[in-house]
Amino acid sequence: MAQMRVALFITCLADQFYAEAGVAAVRLLRALGVEVDFPQGQTCCGQPAFNAGHWREARPLALRNLEIFGEAEYVVLPSGSCASMVRHHYLELLPGNQEALALSEKTYELSEFLVRVLGVERLGEGLKGVKVAYHHGCHALRELGVKEEPLLLLQNAGAELLPWEAAEECCGFGGLFSVKLPEVSLAMADRKLTTLPEAQVLTSTDAGCLLHLSGRLAQKGLNLRVAPLATLLWEAYAGQG
Amino acid sequence: MQAKAKRYPEEAARLLKEKPQVRTAVTGATLHFERNRLKAYGEIDAEAWRERAKAVKNHLLTHLDHYLELAEKRLRENGVQVHWAETPEDAHRVLREVVARHGVRRAVKAKSMLTEELGVNPLLESLGVEVYETDLGEYLIQLLGEPPSHIVGPAIHLPLEEIQRLFHQRFGTPLEASPEELAQVARRVLREAFLTAELGISGANFLVAETGTLALMENEGNIRLSTSLPRVHVAFVGLEKLLPRFQDLGLFLPLTARAATGQRLSTFVSLLQGPARPGEEGPEEVHVVLVDHGRTALLHDPEAWEVLRCVRCGACLNACPVYRQTGGHPYGYVYSGPIGAVLDPGLLGLEEAHPLPFASTLCGACQEACPVKIPIPKLLLTWRHRAAEEGLSPAWEKAAMGAFLKVMASPTLYRLFSRALRGLPLPQDLLPLLRAWTQGRGPLKPSPKPFHELWQTLKEAKEEGDGG
Repeated sequence: MAQMRVALFITCLADQFYAEAGVAAVRLLRALGVEVDFPQGQTCCGQPAFNAGHWREARPLALRNLEIFGEAEYVVLPSGSCASMVRHHYLELLPGNQEALALSEKTYELSEFLVRVLGVERLGEGLKGVKVAYHHGCHALRELGVKEEPLLLLQNAGAELLPWEAAEECCGFGGLFSVKLPEVSLAMADRKLTTLPEAQVLTSTDAGCLLHLSGRLAQKGLNLRVAPLATLLWEAYAGQG
Repeated sequence: MQAKAKRYPEEAARLLKEKPQVRTAVTGATLHFERNRLKAYGEIDAEAWRERAKAVKNHLLTHLDHYLELAEKRLRENGVQVHWAETPEDAHRVLREVVARHGVRRAVKAKSMLTEELGVNPLLESLGVEVYETDLGEYLIQLLGEPPSHIVGPAIHLPLEEIQRLFHQRFGTPLEASPEELAQVARRVLREAFLTAELGISGANFLVAETGTLALMENEGNIRLSTSLPRVHVAFVGLEKLLPRFQDLGLFLPLTARAATGQRLSTFVSLLQGPARPGEEGPEEVHVVLVDHGRTALLHDPEAWEVLRCVRCGACLNACPVYRQTGGHPYGYVYSGPIGAVLDPGLLGLEEAHPLPFASTLCGACQEACPVKIPIPKLLLTWRHRAAEEGLSPAWEKAAMGAFLKVMASPTLYRLFSRALRGLPLPQDLLPLLRAWTQGRGPLKPSPKPFHELWQTLKEAKEEGDGG
């Protein structure tokens, strides 16, 4: 069987703020026997503009990505909301565009790709005994239906998933929402964090949520490791360190 | 009601700063409602019920002219006087006439969001009528002179202490009076009003076209009293509140109760079939005012009409983490929370309501809660898109979006931007965004190198690996 090929769409936030998640995703996919490309010229999926109503600004970015990722067999993103942007919202942004449909059908969030496409449920035992709080990014959870996949991969690697009353509640990031309504956004983060269990690591599929929550944690003087899911999944495979 | 939706961002910020107790009260109450709803949905095949309810409402809305005519015919056959109100002024005319003809001095009101929309209380007061809101929560906020902050629980933003203080000043109850004692005081005042009012005013949860039946749900018994004790009953009904068949109540009454409060059915359901017949007790005269107030225009809006399926259960408010921080007041209009954000622009126009569709993170919790499956996030995006197209975004946002597109559409500029994030000056247009971010979250901490620079090493490592 020919080797499976994945084009990594790092997404702008992970590129800039969680570069290590990209490295982890590449190493993990390679370790699982997948060839990884990183198509040049990629930047942003356009979601910040689209969600804020600026479809004129989002459209050229969507069109760029149709070109950049057109040839890929699979497109994998270490982000639930950007994956949902490509899978669902490109179709609204570019109605009648067949290439958008084709891209939509081959685009996956990383943990979703591992479990649903590769059929991998066990990566290793590298997270043995690590107490993890998992934040369900809203778009991964409610738009992609990615709920069990990350939990399964973490749990099978020995992580202890702590019950968290507000695990499925929005953290208040919301893209431009975080700067247009900062007081409400911060109040939402605080509600999320006051219910946070005593974890060693806080993780999620989405860089935006983590950036927002880790900033808030630091402001409160809380010293908790915040790591993107991709990073933890690589550690599940290769061990921590 | 005078709308102040334009000021949502300032009002939300102000409330969080000046009245933090509101956030505590609203969060507690909505989480309680939300847990009850989840439990109540868990007992049924919620997906099937909601799908069915959506289909019934869609059928109604796509044949609304037919069902409105049928409803009018049946209501008249039942002895009800039917009025059509396109505007609040039309509705006011009906009330003025009733008040004058019956010499109304006192009116009791069942909780109704539509009457808030129409400004019924200020009108009646201007006519010299003493108005009593008889839903306990609604009565409290009437005493305080506040608008409702929630569709179902109008006073959920009030902490107990505030109510104790209010009753102490008003009725001389002890400051530490228990909720039961306070309710008893309200009950005494309201009983007197029920027995002496000439006019009862209500909304309706549903109006069955097939039989001309008004259906009203409640837990306090005040709606039953308001609609049966006074000589005259006037019900205001939004056009979208119709149901085609009597049997549809079998679905909508329990589904709405489960969505709103997690009950299997509300404590009381009144099915009203017109004025009292000989030998019966009840009002001598019943009026139904069918109110448009922007609904027909919404119905003909191909991208926004689905909001008209709404049954006003408030489930989306309870599910909404944005609403939970402030309650309904900052939204500045009758309908707040997610449903307000997609209904108010339709009723008031975007010029007035444009900040509301942005009062959301698009988290989607509202859509999962909605008993009639209104695609609220999709409607939010539609209204946002229109707001941007109509140039209603703030100037800094327009500039930032222009800069964003320029940077993201050019790999060269994107690389420069990467470097700027790591020490060089950022584009001027993006600075307000950065400031809003760092207040409360601290400085941005980019990775030492962006991934696109690390890729080179990863690629080489792989090539070496292949070679060896």
